[in-house]
Amino acid sequence: MTRRSGMDWLLLGAVLSLSVIGALLVWSATSARSDLTGGDPRAYLEKQIVNIAIGLALLVLVLATDHRWVRIVAPLVYLASIGGLVLVLTMGTVINGSRSWIMLGGLSIQPSEFAKLAVVIGMALVVAERAEGRWRPRITSFDVIAMLLIAAVPAALIMLQPDLGTMLVLAATVFGVLAASGAPRRWLVLLTVSAVSAAVVAVRGGVLKEYQVDRFLAFTNPDLDPRGAGYNVEQARIAVGNGGWFGNGLLNGSQTRSGFVPEQHTDFVFTVAGEELGLVGSALIIALLGVVLWRTLAIALRTDDVFGRIAAAGIACWFGFQAFQNIGMCLGIMPVTGVPLPFVSYGGSSMFAGMLAVGLLLNISRRAAEAPAARLQPAGRVLVRA
Amino acid sequence: MSSTGSPRSARATGDAAATSRLRLVVIQALVFSLFATLLVRLYYLQVVSGDEYQGRAAAQSVREIVLQPSRGLIVDDQGRPLVANRLSWVVSLDRTVLGKLGDKQRATLVRRVAGVVDVRPGLVTKRLVTCGDDDSEPGVCWNGSPYQPVPVAFDISQAQAQRIREEPEDYPGVIVEQQSVRDYPEPFGINAAHLLGYLSPITGDELDQAESDGDRSVNGASVVGRAGVEQEYDAWLRGMPGYREVGVDSMGRVIGDEGEVGSQAGDTLVTSLDAKVQAEVERQLAQTIATARATTDTVTGRKYVADSGAAVVLEADTGRVVAMASQPTYDPSVWVGGISKNELAELYSEEAGLPLLGRATQGQFAPGSTWKPFMTAGALSNGYDTDTQLNCSSSLAVGNRAFKNYESGAYGYIGFAKALEVSCNTFFYRIGLDYWQRFGSDVADVDARDPLVEEAKAFGFGEETGIDLPGEAAGRIADREWKRDYFESQKDYYCGIADKPRDAPGNQELSDFVYTFAGEFCVEGYAYRAGDAVNFAIGQGDTIVTPLQLARGYAAIANGGTLYEPRIGTAIVAADGTVIRRIQPKVSGHVDLPPGIGGYIDEALKNVTRQGTMSWRMGGFPLEQVSIRSKTGSAEVYGKQSTSWVASYSDDYVVVMMVSQGGTGSGTSGPGVRAIWESLYGIEGEDVDASRAAIPGTTLPDRLPVFQRNGSILPPALRAREEDQQ
Repeated sequence: MTRRSGMDWLLLGAVLSLSVIGALLVWSATSARSDLTGGDPRAYLEKQIVNIAIGLALLVLVLATDHRWVRIVAPLVYLASIGGLVLVLTMGTVINGSRSWIMLGGLSIQPSEFAKLAVVIGMALVVAERAEGRWRPRITSFDVIAMLLIAAVPAALIMLQPDLGTMLVLAATVFGVLAASGAPRRWLVLLTVSAVSAAVVAVRGGVLKEYQVDRFLAFTNPDLDPRGAGYNVEQARIAVGNGGWFGNGLLNGSQTRSGFVPEQHTDFVFTVAGEELGLVGSALIIALLGVVLWRTLAIALRTDDVFGRIAAAGIACWFGFQAFQNIGMCLGIMPVTGVPLPFVSYGGSSMFAGMLAVGLLLNISRRAAEAPAARLQPAGRVLVRA
Repeated sequence: MSSTGSPRSARATGDAAATSRLRLVVIQALVFSLFATLLVRLYYLQVVSGDEYQGRAAAQSVREIVLQPSRGLIVDDQGRPLVANRLSWVVSLDRTVLGKLGDKQRATLVRRVAGVVDVRPGLVTKRLVTCGDDDSEPGVCWNGSPYQPVPVAFDISQAQAQRIREEPEDYPGVIVEQQSVRDYPEPFGINAAHLLGYLSPITGDELDQAESDGDRSVNGASVVGRAGVEQEYDAWLRGMPGYREVGVDSMGRVIGDEGEVGSQAGDTLVTSLDAKVQAEVERQLAQTIATARATTDTVTGRKYVADSGAAVVLEADTGRVVAMASQPTYDPSVWVGGISKNELAELYSEEAGLPLLGRATQGQFAPGSTWKPFMTAGALSNGYDTDTQLNCSSSLAVGNRAFKNYESGAYGYIGFAKALEVSCNTFFYRIGLDYWQRFGSDVADVDARDPLVEEAKAFGFGEETGIDLPGEAAGRIADREWKRDYFESQKDYYCGIADKPRDAPGNQELSDFVYTFAGEFCVEGYAYRAGDAVNFAIGQGDTIVTPLQLARGYAAIANGGTLYEPRIGTAIVAADGTVIRRIQPKVSGHVDLPPGIGGYIDEALKNVTRQGTMSWRMGGFPLEQVSIRSKTGSAEVYGKQSTSWVASYSDDYVVVMMVSQGGTGSGTSGPGVRAIWESLYGIEGEDVDASRAAIPGTTLPDRLPVFQRNGSILPPALRAREEDQQ
C-alpha cells in the first residue's frame, strides 16, 4: 500500500498461488484414478487449468469494469443465480443425494456457488442504495428485513436441493454481511437465537431423520455412520495424519494414490496436501487463505464505499467460513458437508464464483485508492445524482 | 493493516460505518482464530499422532499377499509318491472390499460369482461368515483369519477362472488364483487314508498359538495335517510361506509391488511303506471282509457282520511299518478344498462304521487265542518249563462256572507246544488258575503278583506303541488294578440301582439280568476272581489290544525280544534332495526271552502253520523256503459275533489281520494272510521267485530313494555292494 495504484498484488498473488497448488493437488488426486480420468492421468489437471483460465478472464473482466457498471450488473447477477437455482431444482442432476448440478453440454454448473456471490452483492446493494440516499445513514430494521429477504430466496432454493454445506456457508455470510453493515445489535442477537432454536427443533423435533443427524455428527464419532460420512472422516484423518512434517511428496501419497479418500479432488482436496505436502505444505495453504482474508478485510476497512465495504466483508465471511468448514471437515473437527475449498478444489462453478469475487474485491480496492480525490464528493451521491 | 480511521471519514459516513468498521475488526479476529484452530489441529494430526495414522495408512494401503509354500511329498520306500500336490484354481472373496460395497452391489457380486463357479449364492454368503459369529453355520462358515480372503470355490475349471480374470472390474474383491492342493496318485490303487491322514484349515486357536510362539510357518489360509503322518510330520511337510507386499487401492486392486520373500517348499517324508505291499494288504483285507459277509456264522445262524477290520505288516527286526490297512476307510481327497457338511457327517457316522477311525491303531479288540504265545512266554519264565504236561480237558470248573474248550474238544495231557498248536483253552485256564491260587486268591488284593499280567506288560500291551501316528489307542490289560479302578468308577451307578427294590421307579425298565448284575457288582465288583484270571490267560474278558500292538508283540517274539516303537517315517529329505534327518527305529523295551523259551515258542508256532489251526489254510505253501509262524484266534465278544485274528511272522516280517465280527481266525483271515505272504516273497503256487517279491530284494531297502536335482525320484540302489562293484 505504499504505492497507491489500487491493485492489490498480494491478494492476487495469494489467489493465483492457491489456484496453482490446487491444480497440482487435483492432478495428484486424480492421476491414478483411471475410473475418473478415463485413462488420461492429466485429464483433471488440464480441465482445472482451463477452469483457472476462465476464472482469471472473469476476474479481469470484473476488474476492468467501471464500478458503476458493477452495481448496475449486480441485480442481474442476483436474478441469474436465482434462475439457475430454480432450474437446478426442476431439471438438475442428483449427485451424492443433492440436486445441485445442471449439466450444460459437457459442463456441470453448480448455481449455488454463484448464489453466495449473488447474495453478498444483493445485500450490499440494498444497504448501499438506501444508505447513500441519506446524510447520516443508519441501518434500520427495514434495511435488515430487506437484506434478509434478498438472502431468503436463494437460501430457500438451496434448502430444497438440499445442500446443507452451502446453506451453512450462506448463513455465516449473511450474518457477516449484516454485522458488517452495522445492523442493530438486537437483530444479530435475534438471528443467532432463532438459528440455534431452528437447529434444535430440526434435530429434536424430528424434522431431520436420525441418519441425517448421525451423518452430520459422524465427525465426532465415525461409528455413527461407518459406511458414509464416518468412512470419509476416518480416511481423511488417516491421509492427513500420514503426511507428517513434510509429507510423502507430490504424487507420492500412498492413501491418495490408492484412492482411499472419497471425493478427494473436490471436497477433500485438502487431504492431498496433508498427505503429500505435510504440515509445512498444508500450513502454507492455510497461510495463503489467511492472506486472502487479510487483504479482503483490509479492502473492506479501507474503502469508504458502502457497497464495497459490505460486499468485501461478505466475501470475507464467505471465503473464511467456507475455508474453515472445508479444512475443518478434512481434519475431523467439522461435519462432513459438501463445500469446496476456495480456489483449491476441483470444479468450475466454485472457481468462477471465487474469481468473480476476487475481481470485485480488486475493483473495490482500486476504487478505494482513487478515493482521496473522490472523498471530497462522496461517490455514492455522485452516482445517485448522475 | 490498513485502517482509515480518520475522524473526517467517520463523520462522513456516519455511525453505521463506524459500527461496521468495528465489527469488521471483530470478524477479522474471529476468522484468524478459526484459522489458528485449524493449524493447531493440523499439527496434532500430523505430528503428535502422526505415527498412529502412518501405521493405519500402511496397514490399509499395503497388503501382504501370502505365498503358500508347496507342501512336502510323502513317498514310499521306492520313492513312489503316495501324496503329492497339484494346482487348483481357487476363487476367494476379500471381505474388506465387499464391506465397502452397498448391500445391493454386494448381493449382485455374490450372485455373479456364484453363477460363474456354479454354487448356490446362499452358500457363498454363509461361507463368508466367520465361524463363531451370530449367524454362522458350522461346517460352512469361514474358520480362518478374518483378514484373509475367504475361499468360496475350489477346483474350478480354467474356463471359469478365466471368466472372472478377464473382467476384473465386474468382480471387485474377487481373487482367482492357483493354489497347490493335495493330490493322491494312488500307486497300485492304494488308499492308505488312515496312514496318510488329511489336511484341513488352521483354526483360530492354532493360529493364535503359532503367533504367540513366533511360528511364521502358518498363516490364516494355511492348512495343517489333521491325522496320519500329515499331522505327525506336519512341521517338516508344511514348509515356510513367503510374502509379497503389494500396494492396493481402496477396492483392493493391486497397484504396485513392494518386495517379495519367496516361499520355501516343505520337506519330503520318506516312509517305509511300500505301495505294492500296501495295495495287496488293502485288497486282501477288503476281500476277506467281503467273503466273511457272504459266509454264514454257525453260532448265530446269520451272515457275519464283518463291520470292520485291519491288517498290519511290520518289519520284524526294526518295527518299521511296511503296510497297514483299515476298513471301513474313506477317500482322503474329500478333504481337499474343504469338506462338505454331508461328507463330514458320513465320516463320523456310526452307520458308515466310523470310517475315520483307523482300526489298526485305534481299534481295540479282545486278542483271543493270539494271546497264548505271550502267556506261554510268561508261564515258561515263571516256574513252568517246556516239559510241563497239563490236561487239555473239554472243560474246567472254576468257581461255580465251567470254562470250556473251543467246540469242547479234549486232547488229554499235552505240553505248551501242542496247546498252542491246537489252541487249547483249558490248558491255559489251568495256568491262570494256578497263578491266581498261588499269589492272588485274596480277591481284594490289588498288589498280588500275576506273572501273566507282567508278561503281557513286558510285551507292551496296555500302553501305546509309540508309532508315528497320532491318536493311537493304548489297549487295556484287565488286571486287578484295572478291575478296582473300574469298580470305583461304576459302583455309585450300580449300587444306586441295587439299593432300591426291583419295582422302584427307574428300576422297572431294567432287565432282570441288569438288576441282578447291579446287585452283584455293588457288593463284590472289585473282586479279582479266579474266573478273571483264567479268562485273562486266553485273551478273553476285558483285555483288549490294537492290531498294531499285537503285531509288535509278535515282532518281539520273532526278533528275540526287542520291542520297537513302530515307525512309518524313515527320513526327512529337503526339497533339494539333501537328507535332513534319518528316522531310526526306536527300541521301547526288551522282553526277557532266552533261546530256550523264545526258540520253543517259535518252533511251536511253526507247527501251528504246518499242522495246527492254521495248517488247513497253508496247504502247498513252500514253508521249507519261507517259514511262516502263526497263531489264530477267534475272540468272543459279549453280544456280538467273534473277532477273527491271524497273527503270523517270518524271518523278515510280521503280518497280522483282524476282522471284527468276522468269524474264526484261520477260517476268515487265513486266506488273506496267506496271500499277503505270497506277495511279500514272490510265491506262486509252491515256487518262491524273489524277483516277483513285492519289494525288490524281498526285504525293505537299506537306502533311501534317490532324489534327483530335476525333482524326479528314483528307487534306491538295491544293495550297497552292487554299487561298489560298478
